[in-house]
Amino acid sequence: MSELSVNHLLGIKYLQKQDIDLIFETADHFKEVINRPIKKVPSLRDITIANIFFENSTRTKLSFELAQKRLSADVISFSAAQSSVKKGETLIDTVNNILSMKVDMVVMRHANPGAAYFLSQNVKASIINAGDGAHEHPTQGLLDSYSIRERLGEVGGKKVVIVGDILHSRVALSNIYALQMQGAEVKVCGPKTLIPKYIESLGVTVEPNLRKALEWCDVANMLRVQNERMDVNYFPSTREYAQQYGVDKALLDSLHKEIIIMHPGPINRGVEITSDVADSQQSVILDQVENGVAIRMAVIYLLASKIQQ
Amino acid sequence: MSQKVLLTSKEVNIILHRLACQLIENHLDFSHTVLIGIQPRGTYLANRVKAILENDYQIKDVQLGFLDITFFRDDFRRGEKQLEANKTQIDFLVEDKKVVFIDDVLFTGRSINAALTAVQSFGRPSEVELLVLIDRRFSRHLPIQPDYRGRQVDAINDEKVIVSWKEKDGEDAVYLV
Repeated sequence: MSELSVNHLLGIKYLQKQDIDLIFETADHFKEVINRPIKKVPSLRDITIANIFFENSTRTKLSFELAQKRLSADVISFSAAQSSVKKGETLIDTVNNILSMKVDMVVMRHANPGAAYFLSQNVKASIINAGDGAHEHPTQGLLDSYSIRERLGEVGGKKVVIVGDILHSRVALSNIYALQMQGAEVKVCGPKTLIPKYIESLGVTVEPNLRKALEWCDVANMLRVQNERMDVNYFPSTREYAQQYGVDKALLDSLHKEIIIMHPGPINRGVEITSDVADSQQSVILDQVENGVAIRMAVIYLLASKIQQ
Repeated sequence: MSQKVLLTSKEVNIILHRLACQLIENHLDFSHTVLIGIQPRGTYLANRVKAILENDYQIKDVQLGFLDITFFRDDFRRGEKQLEANKTQIDFLVEDKKVVFIDDVLFTGRSINAALTAVQSFGRPSEVELLVLIDRRFSRHLPIQPDYRGRQVDAINDEKVIVSWKEKDGEDAVYLV
């Protein structure tokens, strides 16, 4: 297969295993490209992409922009904070106005789950979801699996634990879908208040004890506590959270095997993981960032090739 | 579909030796020359030429790389078939080197045009030459001509020239289909 089964990347849930394989193979080629002295290819010189971010982002936005520029696409970026959205314009109006400037593809982050899907139903452009509320963040899910594949050879058969704030995390959901589709086993670990009630219906198990979870897994994906999304107190104090669900070097060294530590960023150093863990040999956090560009190049390239001329 | 043999295994072998000798004539010990096979089908020819240079003419350490031009093509989103990428493997800089592109068939010249752009990512070559096994005359879209050619072929546009290699297809031969 050399074509994606979808015209938009709205979530991992809508993909098939073959799509993920194709994205990874294409990303392998782009990873080689971005390590060349000249890191640019001219493939998308006739494509224009709008990055529309209704929520803050550093890594994802930069990574998308860089991926688009490495592919020679024309890029316009837009943050809701400085826009007419504040004046009361609707989402469809905003996007249609942008599209009438002949834009082929939209990368959007939005606080509402389903915003990307809604857009894909209502506007004529290829949509990439860069995070919609607590729903999905598909490129992050893909790059996390890609980083596991790079370090461990394959994703199938591996054991992955996702630790922390699962309730507010779109990264968790995309990871669960991506990992399961590729045949990995997934557990989640965190305070009961931050584990969604029906998480087991997705086929994952809950392990409340961090040490047990780490002893079980090959890979630990440490999520950030999303204070900005918390309307009530989900745990007594940050200090108590760090004591129960934070990973430090002593804990990591006391395990029976060497596990890989991942983090989608931004890190709260000293909360989810300590600095010495984040900067250790076992951490692939910076590889994740590098792979993010290659994965996003692959996704954009593959979707762009489906846009009719 | 009818097919006609253009070159037999024996003829391919003779031509490969001639091409290797012509390369030696111009590049002597290959100390400032690198060979680059164009993915996907140019790689077989490039490997053969390198093997002949090393085994039959005792030229040591011929540098060989493979260049994938998928992302540099000018027909992205134009064809019906999606382009599939291959591996680029160039473990050296081409800065100030003489580069010899190697491909099996020269047709419109668009692949070589893409390769000329793509190779710039690896430095600025002092010169670039082109070696092809089959040169299809009268079919060029661009002013690109080979410096070394195995056989010149006149074929009408709906005819296809198929080069098969022992390592991939079980025999060395060239067909007109």
